[in-house]
Amino acid sequence: MSSTDALGPNVSADSRIKPKLGSDDWIMRGYMIVLAVYLVVALALPLYAMLSKAFETSRFDLAQFEVQVSDESGAFNQPAATLKQLNDKSNFVAEGDLATSSDGRLALTNFFPDFSFRSPVKYRLRGLDDNAVYLVGSERFAGTKPAEFDSNTFRKVVIRPIQSHGLANFATYFSTPALFQSIQNSVFIALVSTVITVTLAFGFAYALCRSCMPFKGVFRIIAMAPILVPSLLPGIALVYLFGNQGFLKQFLMGESIYGPIGIVVGSVFFTFPHAMIIILIALSISDARLYEAAVSLRASKWRTFWTVTIPGARYGLISAAFVVFNLVITDFGLPKVIGGQYNMLAVDIYKQVIGQQNFQMGAVVSVVLLIPALIAYVVDRLVQRKQVALLSARSVVYQPKPSRRFDLSCLAYCALVALFIISILGICQYAALVKFWPYDLSLGLSNYDFDRMDGGGWAAYRNSIMLGLMTAVIGTVIVFTGAYMVEKTKGFTRGRASFQFLAMLPMAIPGMVLGLAYIFFFNNPANPLNFIYGTMAILVICTVTHFYTVSHLTAVTALKQIDGEFEPVAASLKQPFYRLFSRVTVPVCLPAILDIMIYLFVNAMTTVSAVVFLYSSKTTLASVAVLNMDDAGDIAPAAAMGMMIFYTNVAARLVHAVVSRYVLGKTQGWRQR
Amino acid sequence: MFKKLAGGLMAGVAIGVMSISAAMAGELTVYTAIEAEDLKKYADAFNADHPDITINWVRDSTGVVTAKLLAEKNNPQADVVWGLAATSLLLLKSEGMLEPYAPKGVENLDPKFVDKSTPPTWTGMDAWVASVCFNTVEGGKLGLTAPKTWKDLTKAEYKGHVIMPNPNSSGTGFLDVSSWLQMFGEKDGWAFMDGLHANIAAYTHSGSKPCKMAAAGEIPIGVSFAFRGAKSKAAGAPLEIIVPEEGVGWDMEATAIVAGTDNLEDAKTLADWTVTKKANEMYNSGYAVVAYPGVAKPVEHFPANLLEKMIDNDFEFAANNRKAILDEWQKRYDSKSEPKG
Repeated sequence: MSSTDALGPNVSADSRIKPKLGSDDWIMRGYMIVLAVYLVVALALPLYAMLSKAFETSRFDLAQFEVQVSDESGAFNQPAATLKQLNDKSNFVAEGDLATSSDGRLALTNFFPDFSFRSPVKYRLRGLDDNAVYLVGSERFAGTKPAEFDSNTFRKVVIRPIQSHGLANFATYFSTPALFQSIQNSVFIALVSTVITVTLAFGFAYALCRSCMPFKGVFRIIAMAPILVPSLLPGIALVYLFGNQGFLKQFLMGESIYGPIGIVVGSVFFTFPHAMIIILIALSISDARLYEAAVSLRASKWRTFWTVTIPGARYGLISAAFVVFNLVITDFGLPKVIGGQYNMLAVDIYKQVIGQQNFQMGAVVSVVLLIPALIAYVVDRLVQRKQVALLSARSVVYQPKPSRRFDLSCLAYCALVALFIISILGICQYAALVKFWPYDLSLGLSNYDFDRMDGGGWAAYRNSIMLGLMTAVIGTVIVFTGAYMVEKTKGFTRGRASFQFLAMLPMAIPGMVLGLAYIFFFNNPANPLNFIYGTMAILVICTVTHFYTVSHLTAVTALKQIDGEFEPVAASLKQPFYRLFSRVTVPVCLPAILDIMIYLFVNAMTTVSAVVFLYSSKTTLASVAVLNMDDAGDIAPAAAMGMMIFYTNVAARLVHAVVSRYVLGKTQGWRQR
Repeated sequence: MFKKLAGGLMAGVAIGVMSISAAMAGELTVYTAIEAEDLKKYADAFNADHPDITINWVRDSTGVVTAKLLAEKNNPQADVVWGLAATSLLLLKSEGMLEPYAPKGVENLDPKFVDKSTPPTWTGMDAWVASVCFNTVEGGKLGLTAPKTWKDLTKAEYKGHVIMPNPNSSGTGFLDVSSWLQMFGEKDGWAFMDGLHANIAAYTHSGSKPCKMAAAGEIPIGVSFAFRGAKSKAAGAPLEIIVPEEGVGWDMEATAIVAGTDNLEDAKTLADWTVTKKANEMYNSGYAVVAYPGVAKPVEHFPANLLEKMIDNDFEFAANNRKAILDEWQKRYDSKSEPKG
């Protein structure tokens, strides 16, 4: 079936069971290829479709049309000339203005400087090929049939562009200040937010890790809460807190919350838990022996902090910084809600596509947005690899010693951060219950009457839960089995490496870019998968793909904990791999599997960026409803829906905690001695 | 465990397949930009006469719906468009995306509200008219006088107190801009917008948001449309709805059948119904001007002089110059990186 060397050293050492292993191997490889095909279809091909869209240009082809002009009596004595010939002579339309968007129109009167709509002169127009399209008013004509117009009608004749390929869209992008200014804005906001978030999160994680303050568990839970809400929600809260009718407006001293200030504050809120958890892990693996050494060398606390703590956590800090940078620069919901006139790249994609119907330019902005996201991603990957190498078997876990002053200041600091998080959530809940802000502050449930608002009503909420459950179940199956194949298939190095690459790619792709890519790829009638466009299936596929990487890494980490000896043992007992998989691998990895499920569920509930291009009338989503209600000015119902998402995620977390505890008791007994 | 997971997967796939029910008889996918709170009312009124046809709404702001339709140009998902700006429908018509059809009874409508082609590709429903929403409470606190004209809005006292929709994404925003260009002429129109821009606090994505923000006191003056203002006023907002003296832009909401629909029969039934007197009476609940002559009754909270102030709108000018106008607008006003308070 297969040669020995292709199967690797394990097999050659055990050549008597080769046939059995061989068939297992082929099944596993086949399955891995199926999953790889899934990732290619759900990721690589849409991205390719998007890239080619960015290079798709529209251009007026003047050689396509021929015009003949009559004299005043209506007799056509002059020879016909193509528009190109006319333009070459007098340059009525500059070369650069011939590049346009797919919506472009060019009036023919441009080519006749002495045109007057009152003149008795007549015009004969003929397309020279079948793709020549022109409009009379809004009536569309195509092809080579000649048509004759009087002057008054001729002023309404416009020609349409043809599609070609080239770099014209990029040229337009970089010559439109309104567009490329966003690059600077996005990078600036992301940098500022990163510095603030990482600093705050470091302080918080430091307090959790290195102090003996009380309520650590409570603080940890509060700090993780922002993960459970869509990124738009802090934006809405900030409107109520610091908007023109906000409680705390005077704190801004005349500055507007709509703009960079709002985006940065909101970004800090929603990226805080991501940074905090990374730094917390980095701090908790620091080696206590280094501190003992510092003490015995009589280093001051300050010096110890800079020479031991910071270097020890440096990979965590760098990693946190890039994760936050990536989250902020690719986030769309927050700047959409609170950004005011401050343009950001992710919002530009939305504006180009939704506002101007300029899909090509949307694709160009997507390509631009990919660059910083890719850089942040690559750096993060490199750093993460180093972080693992820092762990050593002889490390001793640091145990903090009580110190009243230090513990109290830690407590005060964490309480402040927790207050910030709770007040953002609290104000949203309060605003959701107020009847008519700010003129009627009595409470009621009228803002929960979602069926009377934009965004799909309560059906959207049910759809979101459906999407969450399906993403959690299907996604976990795909991700975990995929990770298993990558980890446990023997040989096949090249295939495994390419699968690994595909699995890591989604993290670098901003949601907006993925969503747009899906439109280009799936909403193409030539695509046999076209039928899933507009269904729940495409939302599930998109969401699973969008959040693939983190789930994959979780699964791989769990699988790496299982000794590689299990497979040879199972093989020598002539057990097929799927029995080993279901009897040993899955039960052992169950905590990780549950973690993947909750991760996918929560993200499916809160994500906006990718699905905003893909939902349909039957598949409206709660998170998108928040966006749409805010967009229509129904801010209070938007807050209400946002909080519904929050409570649902809290409930899911609780279920997860209970199930995890039960499962741990049932299947993880082997971990205890 | 593996079996359970596999079972879950199969169930998931089954649900996914079940949700693929594109076009079934008795169901119409209708794209619309009608205010969300009215959708149920519209569907119920239609279903009272045609209970066998279910309407699946896809509702979004005018720009979004138009973008969606254009994106699906080669693979239309909608059967009918009911309640989208005529300028947008002209755009779709110029792409050959609309099915020409003369609904039964179309001859009863005011010809201004019917597409000029025969058979027409779209029929109008009602007109929605630009207006300025002025919050009297917040205006009073700031010591502002209510503006009377568009040009008033460029006065220094309103600096930072005006909000309007971004014409790139909002149909209302675009009809404002196109009406200013038509009323004041190209040169003066842009000069007016330069002045207005200096006073604008923000450009919103949707056309109803400025009025809702004015209603919530977030900003004293919102450039929006009369219908939205009247609704917010009815909800208890301290608003004055101002019709600027120079005249106001308007657009009409219209209906069309999407070419290539799998369900042409039902689509025609709906199109027929949308031009009936009954339907027009329904439109009249929110719109002072409807396509069926003699139907319109005054609408509560609507400014009295609205009708006479509607400009003689040139829809083709608006449709064919749309891109050029938006490009110019974006160049002038969208590159501001500094937020304004």
